[in-house]
Amino acid sequence: MDENNVSEHKHKPPWLVILKRLFTNKMGVIGTILILCLILVAIFGPLLEPYSYKEQNIEIMNQPPSSGHLLGTDDFGRDVLSRIIRGARISFVVGVLSVAISVLIGVVIGSIAGFYGGVIDLILTTIADLTWSMPAILIALLFVAIIGAGLESVVLAIGLSYWAQYARLIRGQILSLKSAVFIEATKSMGASDFVILFKHLLPNSISPVIVAATIGIGNAIVLEATLGFLGMGAQPPSPSWGAMMSNGTAYLFISPWMIIFPGLAMMITVLGFNLFGDSLIDIMDVKNKEYL
Amino acid sequence: MSFLKVSDLEVEFRVDKNTVKPIEKVSFEMNEGEVLGMVGETGSGKSLTAHAIMGLSSLVGGKIRGSVKFEERELLSLAEKEMQSIRGSQIALIPQNPMTSLDPVYRVGDQIVEGLYKHVKISKRKAKLQVLDLMEKLRIPKPDRVFQQYPHQLSGGLKQRIVIAMGLCTNPRLLIADEPTTALDVTVQAQIMRLFKEMTVDKGIGLFLITHDLGVIAQVCDKVAVMYAGNMVEFGKIETLFNTPRHPYTKALLECIPYIGMKKGTLNAISGSVPSTATYPSGCRYHPRCPHSEPQCENEMPPFINIEEDTQVACHLYQEKKG
Repeated sequence: MDENNVSEHKHKPPWLVILKRLFTNKMGVIGTILILCLILVAIFGPLLEPYSYKEQNIEIMNQPPSSGHLLGTDDFGRDVLSRIIRGARISFVVGVLSVAISVLIGVVIGSIAGFYGGVIDLILTTIADLTWSMPAILIALLFVAIIGAGLESVVLAIGLSYWAQYARLIRGQILSLKSAVFIEATKSMGASDFVILFKHLLPNSISPVIVAATIGIGNAIVLEATLGFLGMGAQPPSPSWGAMMSNGTAYLFISPWMIIFPGLAMMITVLGFNLFGDSLIDIMDVKNKEYL
Repeated sequence: MSFLKVSDLEVEFRVDKNTVKPIEKVSFEMNEGEVLGMVGETGSGKSLTAHAIMGLSSLVGGKIRGSVKFEERELLSLAEKEMQSIRGSQIALIPQNPMTSLDPVYRVGDQIVEGLYKHVKISKRKAKLQVLDLMEKLRIPKPDRVFQQYPHQLSGGLKQRIVIAMGLCTNPRLLIADEPTTALDVTVQAQIMRLFKEMTVDKGIGLFLITHDLGVIAQVCDKVAVMYAGNMVEFGKIETLFNTPRHPYTKALLECIPYIGMKKGTLNAISGSVPSTATYPSGCRYHPRCPHSEPQCENEMPPFINIEEDTQVACHLYQEKKG
């Protein structure tokens, strides 16, 4: 073998290509930066908080933003900034975990439905369609009502409310892919159903799911806030952005900072995930010319 | 001992409430190391026959009946698990379209290794060396570079060779090639066919070649089977079939091949069109287009009979030769 031939055409590793493409996309850069900020805040939260998130001080309650308390204080005199920072951790963890649960359930159910077809498909798709036709908040509320309020049950409830969209997505992909010639080739090489489904069909159909999941994290964070707003989420004193806003409604005209800043934090976070997800769509394409 | 013996192979589908048999009464025999060609128009059931032989019922989509004996084993009665261990290791299939028969998300080298690794106890490193060696034999330029590439980076001819390498890497006893050259340029076609012939004759691999190109058949095959509308109409040695075609369809097919020196504007065609699976005519399926059609042809399906040693035909024009 001629050594020159080998080195003449070096392949860039795929992750480098993905990074490169991400940074040529303005929206992608903004999304990435916003998500990175959220992750950093979630990890290093306790170090960044100027005050304790749960320390109450009635003497300074409902104070507007000042140099002492940058984003003001709430009705118990707690520092809003510190609580938002601590709340980032909850939002992030709930968002990622619950989407992981939805994707896992959705991918397994959707790929089995698409791959085996027939009655199995009919049953699974019907279940997915039924779940999909009910508002996610309703399903989540139902689950929380059954397993009780709290962070774990919120994660589980959100996970169980959103899986149908991933199931439908992956089912469609698998349906169109399973008659591809390369699947015929794989079968004729003696591959088992398991290998065909999980080694060949899934990797080929997963990219739209990754995009949907990224945007789904944003949705899950909103749903978590909604549940928190209804008092079903993380229990006090742990600060969920939704619960903080719910708490702030009573003081909307006295101390609007209690509701504005958690809302802003949430908006920026969701925006970050949406921008990132959108830019992923063109980055995830394997056939992209950057690979050549 | 026969190598591959297919008898009365048929596939049955249910469409609404009707049963449809896209292939029926397919019987042939093949010896070790032989090259058997199967010709027929699009839709005559060639690929389906290949899938049925490999027991790929999920691809066939219907019931497979009859018998497929491969080295004295009845394949159609084997369990799916056993069949999976035969597919790819004993019998390999090269699917119809090389442009799309590779998984776009894996490097081609890894795809070839995957098949080898599944069937042969071998280390990953050794498997890679063996595959590189095979790729070199298939005249793939710069095999270690191609090994690292993704399918979309390769040309059609290269992809076809990769697919052939996938089929050959486990040293199967029988290789089924489903129109391996139709997607390729004529120049590449000739190369690939030569490679096929070399690789199979060298290793004593039986080759079952499906094509609609009689030229390809004439170049490489020992025996030919002619399919029409899901039936096998003629089966025989290559010389016999080309020199003295028996079935009117075979004759017509051979007359359709243009040759140098023929009068301009006289491109021959068989009148009428191939019937679709749902509307197969009664009796002999060729009778509406056959110049020798008789009333008997309309009512009775002609049996597949021996008329000479190694030559069988399904046509009422011929009588069975005893002995």
